[in-house]
Amino acid sequence: MPGKVFAVVVVIITLAIGYCVVAHVWWMPVDISVHGPNIDHQIEETVFGAGILFIAGQLVLAAFSFLYGDSKGARKMKSFPGGAKPLIIFAFVVVGIEILVLSFVGSKAWGSVYFTPPDPNSVRVDVQAGQFAFYFRYPGSDGKFGPLHPELINEGSQNFFGLDTDHDADSKDDIVTAELAIPVNKPVLLTLHSKDMGHSFDVRELRVQQDFVPGIVIPIHFTATQTGKFEIVCTQLCGLGHYNMKAYLEVMSQPDFDNWVKQQAAMQ
Amino acid sequence: MHDMTAHAAAHHAPPQGFIRKYVFSVDHKVIGIQYTALGLVSAFIGMALSWAMRIHLAWPTASIPFLGTLSPNGAPGGVPTPEYYLSLMTMHGTIMAFFLLTAAPMAGFGNFMLPIHVGAADMAFPRLNMASFWVTFVGFVLACATFFIPDGPPLSGWTAYAPLSAVGAVAGPGQGWGQNLWGLSIALFCVASLLGALNFIVTTIDLRTKGMTLSRLPLATWAWFINAWVSLLAFAVLLPTCLLLVLDRLGGTSFFIPGGLVINDKMLPHSGGSPLLFQHLFWFFGHPEVYIIILPAFGIVAHVMPTFTRKPLVGGWKVITYAMAAIGGLSFVVWGHHMFVSGMSPYMAMVFSVPTLIITIPSVIAVLVFAFSLYGANMRFTTPMLFCLGFISLFISGGIGGFFLAQPAVDSYLHATSFVVGHFHFTMGLSAVFAAFAGFYYWFPKMWGRMMNETLGKIHFWLSFVLVYCVFMTLHLMGLTGSVRRYSQFVADFMVPLTPTNRFITIAALLLGATQFIFFYNVIWSRFKGPKAADNPWQATTLEWDTTSPPPFDNFGGRQMTVYHGPMEYDGDAFVMQTSTEKSIAGT
Repeated sequence: MPGKVFAVVVVIITLAIGYCVVAHVWWMPVDISVHGPNIDHQIEETVFGAGILFIAGQLVLAAFSFLYGDSKGARKMKSFPGGAKPLIIFAFVVVGIEILVLSFVGSKAWGSVYFTPPDPNSVRVDVQAGQFAFYFRYPGSDGKFGPLHPELINEGSQNFFGLDTDHDADSKDDIVTAELAIPVNKPVLLTLHSKDMGHSFDVRELRVQQDFVPGIVIPIHFTATQTGKFEIVCTQLCGLGHYNMKAYLEVMSQPDFDNWVKQQAAMQ
Repeated sequence: MHDMTAHAAAHHAPPQGFIRKYVFSVDHKVIGIQYTALGLVSAFIGMALSWAMRIHLAWPTASIPFLGTLSPNGAPGGVPTPEYYLSLMTMHGTIMAFFLLTAAPMAGFGNFMLPIHVGAADMAFPRLNMASFWVTFVGFVLACATFFIPDGPPLSGWTAYAPLSAVGAVAGPGQGWGQNLWGLSIALFCVASLLGALNFIVTTIDLRTKGMTLSRLPLATWAWFINAWVSLLAFAVLLPTCLLLVLDRLGGTSFFIPGGLVINDKMLPHSGGSPLLFQHLFWFFGHPEVYIIILPAFGIVAHVMPTFTRKPLVGGWKVITYAMAAIGGLSFVVWGHHMFVSGMSPYMAMVFSVPTLIITIPSVIAVLVFAFSLYGANMRFTTPMLFCLGFISLFISGGIGGFFLAQPAVDSYLHATSFVVGHFHFTMGLSAVFAAFAGFYYWFPKMWGRMMNETLGKIHFWLSFVLVYCVFMTLHLMGLTGSVRRYSQFVADFMVPLTPTNRFITIAALLLGATQFIFFYNVIWSRFKGPKAADNPWQATTLEWDTTSPPPFDNFGGRQMTVYHGPMEYDGDAFVMQTSTEKSIAGT
């Protein structure tokens, strides 16, 4: 009896989970990036492959506890035909194939983000994370970022990046904002650096998540395909305000973006 | 080998007096029970911390009973501040991962059972063994002490990533002495684990009794033996890592802190260190650590299950043992999968992804061995057997999540979401806990000489099994939306609509916690009022069932045990003890 109950419970749990996944009760937001479909494709492939293994595994467990869960009969013990050999072969072949497929598909998806060089004409934005805010810097009309002087960082005077506008010519026209605006369908190159702790740049819709690591500058590039406003959240534990460390990404048409940059330049 | 056994027995005479008998005891059985008790206390504290976290996540303004008294600053009026929430989280992870999951299945059951399994009178180094426990205990006290110091426990998570953990109080509340004590506590835990691992290895190699060849070793002992090697190599790296961290904090060094860091508009005096170095060192330990937690679970299930399926495991001792050894070995080359989005070279991500996927092969073999060993069985549905079945189901579910997180591109979406929280709670958390419950219900009669109540045990199992899925599968599914972990409140725009899901998880988690009181009650009641246990109540074959319940001081009452069979001589109601001179019936 308990064997049959266990089997039924496991089947119900398996079906419930299967339903939630197939019906997308909880699911990813729609992707808005050029590389995103590769990642979504890989996630779906994994849901399919791993999902079959999950259902098969649970059902085998349920079936055996249903069939062999009765301890009353003096049934003669049976061993699984062929012993462990078919199980080992199954593990090596089926899981091996799944590993090969996932690694192959996966290296393409990963490569589309990380193994391709950024477009030389990318819109460049310098991103700085600190407890507990993101700041963004555009190079201004000269197209050059001024050098950073961490010792000059001063939140009170709004010098978030530590720019020396008195001495560095390149810094004079740098535009610093609290919001990340980018043009749609244009390649974007972000350079991520942190002033204090580990942080992370995560935009779910962009399928981009990349840590900030103090001491190094990490480039990440992507192209957004839809306009709209999206949330940037910090996903690396950075201290007490971690849960509330966020900013917004606004993907705009090229003319809107140009206007936005002009406005921001005027406000500096 | 039997000379060595006699030698070990001569190590120490039966102890006299309460202190030598129950407190500073060198008897491996007492030490095993001490570790088990420490595990139970840790489980209770860890669970209580998780309740506080879950309540706060679901109802951010709710006043949590006792929390305001424990920390008037951290939780004014019982409502935790964001930093205190992170402290609760840090200590939940620390206490659960180290003092429950690492300590109980290996040092708890292993200390009690391993010498008996091999037919020895005690561990090879009984005094070292006592030192292991008491060093662990001091580590535990230091960890708990962080709750009672003015700036409270650290908030950098059980992973204690630098520089948050390294730069000192300037990084935030709890990052002062709380983090120092944490570093020292874990360093002590490492020392104790290294001593324990040495003891396990030497005992298994040198103190096996006559006839106890490696092929006749009980599978739980095989798992502890393999695990001891993994522990030896992994804790040997965490120990210096903790010391370097403490040096960065107190000694002015910069192992993990780069130059040019600015906090509160002030530049820190450090330069030249690397936060990624800390991550590499931590995960070089940290990934083997999850196998350090799960291998004893495999061993316990492999040991307990054949008793109740009444037949040997498919593939005998070899297949499961080789699978465990392969997992142990591969566990050292997969650590980078924790760091796919860390800023490590993206080429390294591919390098770490492949072995991470490959390690699923021995894991799948182990699960298949467990599942297909049910084929053609006459199962006896005792509580330990139910927990073994639950373990298989949970480990399948947890393992599936591994396929997702092993792939850098998929991980780049799921990293740091509640999918990860669900995944590791299924695998290293609840799978290991279910196996530990199987071991606890199975060995309780031997350890305390009384049977546990089966009805309460079964209620405990059924409720736990269903509720574990409600909590941790929902966390997986919620993670698909990108819901971020380690947030004290759901204030991100896209996370606000997840509040009902969050409340469902909290209610299930509170019920799951309440269910564990059935277990605690059963333990206390059975310890004093349970029916007296026979020497071999489960009709099992291994040496612990070949002596009284509980065993005498020297384990076998002066008998020299001789072993003739493997541990899985079952054929339905018939069985042959390892020490029996009868003919083999299962051909193992």
